[in-house]
Amino acid sequence: MADIFIGSDVATDAEQVAVDAVLAASLGPALIVEGERLVRGGGSRRNERRHLLLPVLHALQNQIGWISPGGLNYASEQLQVPPAEAYGVATFYEMFRVDDPGHDQDVVHVCVDAACQIAGSEERIAELRAAGTPYHASPCLGQCERPVAQFIQGRARPDRVEADAEPYVLPQAGQSGLRLLKRIGRVDPTSLESYVAAGGYTALTSAFQRGPAGVVEEVVASGLMGRGGAAFPTGIKWRGVAAETGQKHIVVNADESEPGTFKDRTLLENDPFALIEAATIAGYATGATKGWIYIRGEYPLATARLENAIAEVRTAGFLGDGIARSSFSFDIEVRRGAGAYICGEETALFNSLEGFRGEPRQKPPFPTTNGLFDQPTAINNPETLVNVLDIVIDGGAAFAAIGTESSTGPKLFCLSGNVAVPGIYEVDFGATLGDLLELAGGVVGELAAVLLGGAAGSFVGPDMVDMPLTFEGSRAAGASLGSGVIMAFNTSVEMAPVVTRIAEFFRNESCGQCVPCRVGTVRQHEVLVGLSTGASGPSGSVESKISLLDDIDRAMKDASICGLGHTAATAVRSAIDLGLVTPSGPTTSTTEAEEANG
Amino acid sequence: MIVLWGSNAREAHPIFFHHLMKGLDNGAEMFCVDPRRTSSAKFADVWLGLSVGTDIAMANAIGREIIANGWHNQAFIDHSTVGFEEYRASVEDYTLDYASEITGVPATAIAELAKSYATAEKAQILWTLGITEHHNAVDNVLSLCNLALLTGHIGRWGSGLVPLRGQNNVQGGGDMGALPNKLPGFQDVTDPQARAKFEQVWGTSIPPEPGIHLTLMFEAMESKDLRAVYCIGENPADSEADVAHARKLLGDLDLLVVQDIFLTRTAELADVVFPASVGWAESEGTVTSSERRVQRVRPAVPPPGEVRHDIDIIASLANHMGADWGTPTAEELWDELRSLSPLHNGMSWDRLESEGGLQWPCPSEDHPGSPFLHGWLWEDDLGGRSGAPFNVVAHEGPREKLTEEFPLRLTTGRALDSYNTGVQSGSMDSPIRYGETIDLSPADAARLAIDDGEWVRVSSPRGSIKMPARVQRDLPEGLTFTTFHFPELVDVNLLTNDAWDKRSGTAEFKAAAIRVEKLANDEVTSG
Repeated sequence: MADIFIGSDVATDAEQVAVDAVLAASLGPALIVEGERLVRGGGSRRNERRHLLLPVLHALQNQIGWISPGGLNYASEQLQVPPAEAYGVATFYEMFRVDDPGHDQDVVHVCVDAACQIAGSEERIAELRAAGTPYHASPCLGQCERPVAQFIQGRARPDRVEADAEPYVLPQAGQSGLRLLKRIGRVDPTSLESYVAAGGYTALTSAFQRGPAGVVEEVVASGLMGRGGAAFPTGIKWRGVAAETGQKHIVVNADESEPGTFKDRTLLENDPFALIEAATIAGYATGATKGWIYIRGEYPLATARLENAIAEVRTAGFLGDGIARSSFSFDIEVRRGAGAYICGEETALFNSLEGFRGEPRQKPPFPTTNGLFDQPTAINNPETLVNVLDIVIDGGAAFAAIGTESSTGPKLFCLSGNVAVPGIYEVDFGATLGDLLELAGGVVGELAAVLLGGAAGSFVGPDMVDMPLTFEGSRAAGASLGSGVIMAFNTSVEMAPVVTRIAEFFRNESCGQCVPCRVGTVRQHEVLVGLSTGASGPSGSVESKISLLDDIDRAMKDASICGLGHTAATAVRSAIDLGLVTPSGPTTSTTEAEEANG
Repeated sequence: MIVLWGSNAREAHPIFFHHLMKGLDNGAEMFCVDPRRTSSAKFADVWLGLSVGTDIAMANAIGREIIANGWHNQAFIDHSTVGFEEYRASVEDYTLDYASEITGVPATAIAELAKSYATAEKAQILWTLGITEHHNAVDNVLSLCNLALLTGHIGRWGSGLVPLRGQNNVQGGGDMGALPNKLPGFQDVTDPQARAKFEQVWGTSIPPEPGIHLTLMFEAMESKDLRAVYCIGENPADSEADVAHARKLLGDLDLLVVQDIFLTRTAELADVVFPASVGWAESEGTVTSSERRVQRVRPAVPPPGEVRHDIDIIASLANHMGADWGTPTAEELWDELRSLSPLHNGMSWDRLESEGGLQWPCPSEDHPGSPFLHGWLWEDDLGGRSGAPFNVVAHEGPREKLTEEFPLRLTTGRALDSYNTGVQSGSMDSPIRYGETIDLSPADAARLAIDDGEWVRVSSPRGSIKMPARVQRDLPEGLTFTTFHFPELVDVNLLTNDAWDKRSGTAEFKAAAIRVEKLANDEVTSG
């Protein structure tokens, strides 16, 4: 609750139209001026609509290529959000800018993270610069199988990815025994009819037969663990939400932003109905009536496919009031993120969706009791949810029999970097790192290192190819599966820039809320630049630099509230341990170096 | 459910407003009734922008709507009130359409307010000077009291009638007898028994007739009946309606003594000035807040130079005049008050300290204090009293009518970063102080071809001043606004109308008729 001081900058007609269109399609504006003597507004109208701030900012950005002071004022007034807060939200995201770009063209976002970095991001950017094409160096765009990844932010027309025009080819196409990927390439992702013909919506029927508690118990029995990176038992989460009362939510965390990860994009683009059916089952099992899919802003095709699928499903009566002639009601809204790695953290995602800066919340309380809008929420990764379909049909025991004892079911891995056929691969838990590299056609050149689990994961050396890629196997090796990233680097890759870029990534993506992470990620990046270029810096000798990295890591682990700070140093430290960053810095201390210079 | 009526508490009562915001955060609904869409109104679910001085028409229409829909609390009315039938008959003519025509507010919104207020489980009406700075201030207040009696939103936890006080100790001033007709503890000066009690302790006789209030004092100065004034902590040379006249009268007195923390405009006119210590920083004593909570204050720093405590100054003066008051301490004076005022009897100095303040009435040391008043309305025997009366009041409108010569309505108020006449706040810089302006609606500014920031001439039947204009889209057409915080810049109170309510003694600061004109070219340069 705060004062709303609207400045003197006025929105253009085009900006007003853009904002009005978003509001008209939803709950309307928070402020209603009925002549000179009657105005409606107030806390409840504002609170009901605050979650429309992100869509409104998207509309403004798209309309004129930036969020102008006038546009921001208009959005703030219509939603009754203090402009200072709206500005704080607008400046939080990679896809929004609050300064005039000075042109009226689309902007090409070029990925500069590892897989694309080693495939030539710099050269691609140089080409665009030479051609005078507006570009933006972007963190991972989730297209690591087709580097150098690009995403085009449209100006007064939809965003797009040019590679999406090509039909998707699944590397494992035709392989038998696939569970998660079985429909891809065989079922038309734009047709509910096609999905139903392939057995779609039999899982929901099974769920209705089992009853809500029955579904929850099958998911518990399946041993299914979350596939987003945190590996929390899904059934336990659902049981927690089911025990709560009042308005409850299902949130699909499709803000896939971990560098090297593109599995959810593949599912969303090519099997959207499965996700919608699974989310509906989650709603049924937990008693939630409201579903939200928060999807990366850089996934235009996945967003379009989902929106199309939701509309079809709603028309067919599988979403909305009284689903499939039952008394169960459930509906889903799709929300686009706007480019913020941290919004993959579940509580940051809630804040982002609610129209606030995407800063993680302190836990506990946990989402199962205090999630979206402070209400009980089951938040799951898309891959996790798609697993539920088979669990509901075949039972939890059948699912638990797949994989290993502690890592049940199938798992998707994202193969990228120096492998012959990058892409998404499905295996039953238990396969080794070497098996996966083999599936992807083997390493191109001689393997030097593998980044496991993404930027928040760690590097392992070629000696680890026999490591089973299970939760317990990776843990035993001191690594983490994370979101299933396997990024291979051969001996021709200069690794120091890759590791430095990872440090820069965390520096950029830290939300800034916790001081150890805000300062620590900056210091870590400085040290990496110093180590890899040999530049002397305030941290002195190689030994003192490495000791400083240890200190930073400990401070970030101890005193950050979310996983970003906890893992921001993991990959960097593993790279140094493996000798991937050859320390070439001076061995003299800074003071001595300065004296020498002086 | 909250009705904020004639109050810009966001700016005028910012600390109180924080408490109100907690209620809003907890889901309370708020209607705001105010001619301006103030910063407080922007927190409201519904703002009703009534014309200045049409509050009674609005309140009576709300009452009629409540009765017409059967939303009134008949059981409460029968048990706890008197005069309902007369009230019902008196509001019969105040249809929604009639009120809408008078107030300018759409009828549907008035009906909504009526329904929301009457059907809420708990509801409060909060008001300040927008209700009371009118020539018919008492009637305005009574019209709101009628609504509380109609619905039973009174005398219960969470419901009530809440006039917000302007300073941290306005309530305390009244409690201590700084009223023309009351002794401390609201005991009537005309009551011989009450007088006898005080006379015995004070060892002197008390005049049996009520004194006169401030507005009448100025009339008495004019008629030369009042020739000497001892003015403590008040700055009428800046704050009175029609200040030019007030200053002349103050200057013409035989003796003017001023006791204040600063050399105010009034003090500049004085024959004798007593520099006094600051209440909240340099003094020992008590203050009483709007919720009747008596709290201790303690000096944080010693007063500078020759500055002395109010108690010390008054006692010395008495001693010099031949009485023997000695040098009383704040605690001794408090104990004397407790012995004479039943409302305060249970509030020992120690309890005020250990319990962090107490709310009166607190008649005995084992009494916990009273979080709200008028609970007797809900007692079976009404605590032995007769029922609370409805009061029939009628719409009159402002005394000063708009004319062709003075076609715009001027109302006055405060701004967040300035306090009353600026004695205490004017010496501090504020990043959000924009200075004194005449605020105009966009429509009026366009019609008069006046730009934002342009210096203009503002004239009323009493005077004429130059000040910059500010175009404010939160004002309806025909309404203008100014604060009165910067007397040294512009004597705004030259413009206001000194019609006043004989019962409350308040002047009609809120409704003057003015004209706003562009300056001639030669005037602009001398701006």
